[in-house]
Amino acid sequence: MKIQTTLISFLALILLFAGNPELSAQNIAIYGDTVHTMAKTAEGQWQDPIENGVVLIIDGKISAVGPASAVEVPEGTPEKRCKVVTPGLIDARSVVGLAGWLNIDHDSDHIERSSPMQPELAALDAYNPREPLIDWVRSFGVTTLHTGHAPGQLISGQTFIVKTRGNSVDDAVVQRQSMVAATLGSDALRSGKESPGTRAKQMSMLRQKFIEAKAYQEKVAKAAADEEKDAPARDLRKEAMGQILDGKMPLMINAHSSVDIQNVLRLQKEWQIPVILQGGAECYDFVEPLKKQGIPVILHPTMMRSSGAGKNASMETAAKLIAAGVPVAMGSGYESYVPKTRVVLWEAAIACAYGCEFRDALGLITHSAAALLGIGDRVGSLEVGKDGDVALFDGDPFEYTSHCLGTVIEGEVVSDIAR
Amino acid sequence: MSLHFRVQNRIFLQCSLLMLCLLFSASTSAADVQAFVGARIVPVSSEVIEEGTLLVRDGKIEQVGPVKDVIIPDGAVRIDVTGKTIIPGLICTHSHIGWGGGGDSSEPIQPECHTLDSVDVRSASFMRARAGGLTLVNQMPGSGHLISGRTTYLKLRDGGTVEDLLVHDASGWPMGGLKMANGTNSQRSAPFPGTRAKSASLVRQAYVKAQEYQAKIARAEGDPEKMPERDLRMEALVEALEGKRIVHHHTHRHDDILTVLRLKKEFGFEVVLHHVSDAWKVAKEIAAADAACSLIVVDSPGGKLEARDIKLENGAVLEDEGVNVAFHTDDWITDSRLFLRSAALGVRAGMSREGALRALTLSGAEMLGLADRTGSLAVGKDADFAVLSGDPFSVYTQILETWVEGKQVFDRTNPEHLLFAIGGRGAGDDTAYNCCGGEDH
Repeated sequence: MKIQTTLISFLALILLFAGNPELSAQNIAIYGDTVHTMAKTAEGQWQDPIENGVVLIIDGKISAVGPASAVEVPEGTPEKRCKVVTPGLIDARSVVGLAGWLNIDHDSDHIERSSPMQPELAALDAYNPREPLIDWVRSFGVTTLHTGHAPGQLISGQTFIVKTRGNSVDDAVVQRQSMVAATLGSDALRSGKESPGTRAKQMSMLRQKFIEAKAYQEKVAKAAADEEKDAPARDLRKEAMGQILDGKMPLMINAHSSVDIQNVLRLQKEWQIPVILQGGAECYDFVEPLKKQGIPVILHPTMMRSSGAGKNASMETAAKLIAAGVPVAMGSGYESYVPKTRVVLWEAAIACAYGCEFRDALGLITHSAAALLGIGDRVGSLEVGKDGDVALFDGDPFEYTSHCLGTVIEGEVVSDIAR
Repeated sequence: MSLHFRVQNRIFLQCSLLMLCLLFSASTSAADVQAFVGARIVPVSSEVIEEGTLLVRDGKIEQVGPVKDVIIPDGAVRIDVTGKTIIPGLICTHSHIGWGGGGDSSEPIQPECHTLDSVDVRSASFMRARAGGLTLVNQMPGSGHLISGRTTYLKLRDGGTVEDLLVHDASGWPMGGLKMANGTNSQRSAPFPGTRAKSASLVRQAYVKAQEYQAKIARAEGDPEKMPERDLRMEALVEALEGKRIVHHHTHRHDDILTVLRLKKEFGFEVVLHHVSDAWKVAKEIAAADAACSLIVVDSPGGKLEARDIKLENGAVLEDEGVNVAFHTDDWITDSRLFLRSAALGVRAGMSREGALRALTLSGAEMLGLADRTGSLAVGKDADFAVLSGDPFSVYTQILETWVEGKQVFDRTNPEHLLFAIGGRGAGDDTAYNCCGGEDH
């Protein structure tokens, strides 16, 4: 009996590892002249960087971080050395994996135009883990993507969170459903007789969808409480809207202009739902109400073009939001042409050049991004117990002429191109 | 305010301005001498001066040298730039600021159209370009035609009309090039070409026709009776054949690049290759053909099939082959305010710092045929320069001032200018704003 149990456990262990070899134990020690842990002190301040530090990763998790003199690294542990070490970077709003680099029908799955509101569309079903742009951003230290359906429809679908690795979406996934992506303003208007053709119509259509979802939820609840009553036919769209109403998935609204941001504020007030403002070219005029209503911002890339809805974008907005205490992260956003994706490392760099303190800027794509996305327990800082996701640089990560030397995900070297 | 009153008011203002100008031009010449003293000066065409003086008279560079060697004339305006860096004004060989278009959708070859007739120099994008340290741009029509029109070289002077910004040659001709394109952008349904071979053959036919037009003019020997009827389309192409108008050719894929080189050989026009995504694949061929390259730097490959293989290393590879390399913004594809960044990323990917700075300045001037006037800080050239807070290739460096022909057109300490440098409420409005005191301001 005892032998049998041992055998079963042993077999189970083999199956566990064989089932997912990429995620098997990974050990590495990463030494840096400067290690930016991007952890926070008990007082909420950025922890000072560690000089001559080491990040020890055992079985894919960080087991020690500290001065090299104080951390015992087991003999035989593979090593990497560089000047500057940061946590693996997080792109808080990407479309990589859905909007392909070639920008042709074959690789464009980021937007579905058959209907203006399709919150049931799962990003998981559209993600291509072999998309070359994943390799591209990964070679600049990006290890985590919050990606999914693009702005451009009133409700374009869901987003999810992945690590920038894996042969299958299941290898990559961190969170299967993250947010529902909505767009207000000119980018989601339709022409001719199709709705929504105006901003007022956009708002009324959203309100109507919430009313329907609420009615659906009530019917479901009544049926559950009363055996006599039949449950309504299942409706995935209403269920997705219901998840927003229940606070299970935030509504991430892409809005840039002043009037659209005011609509975001109004919608949140009316429905008391978790809302995240994404983009926000003119959000510098609404810092206080955003803070008051608890609406975090996934800001547009700093180098967003000064045209269209973004014509009044400011390169100092990140600094202003941080100073006011509004939770903020930076995303590469959506690009319809070239560059097909932006690189958040470079966008945070410009934020740093335009008013952000260094660690506040790095925080936009590490700690603060993880916190905003609700994955701060796993990624975003180099702390014991978190995933061994690390980016290696040969100098100040934000300098134009520095290079990212390598990227590590859960202890595995996933990129070692100097770029 | 009634229109009538506005017009009257405007006329009054214009008269006042004219009088003001006359007043100043009558003043002594010493007031028109400015000495920028104490900066690290990077002339590009000569060695770096660690602590130098740039002496400007009447908008031209009179002297550039170490502080101890340059004697500042009495009465000169002395400007202390200690601790700052002065570089030549940046030159963008491919810009769409002011949204000047060329031909319409009627046909693929329209060299008679001229961006001079469509560019809005009061667009906010012009102020952003000044904030980026740019002093000269090649204002291009788009790439949706085989030949989309004539380009316009514009100095970013303080001016409210396109005429204020034009660059004239000795004969008074407003200078510019000719925009051509191949590959997928210029392929559409008929009468546009549907294939690459058709694209080349349509261009070839147009130039053959222009050669015949040119020959007819030559045969006429000035006899008006024998001259062909004036044809604006043919005239522009003849200007290209005669080297008066440099061809600025949009091209991405390696085989498209070689097609441009083939046409250059066949017709002898001077050509600058633009974007050149696949340059790294055919760098030797480009060098052998003695064609210059104006590169775009974008933050990721792709976005369209032909730009799939674009590399940040293009600048370094071409530099190694001895090709004359410039960068361009293609604004709005990339932001003029961050033009230094394009070259800095070239350095990141292996280009020399000297080569990269040259690629933003003197090389661009060469590609526009204006190297005798601008592009470097050399005696006798226009005083076109930018004052920086530090290393041109650091992300933390700020562009403090931009000067065109001895006049300041961007000043970071001026809040109204700063708005364009950083962005914010009102920064995107195409206002009637001129940088330094235009009438509508």
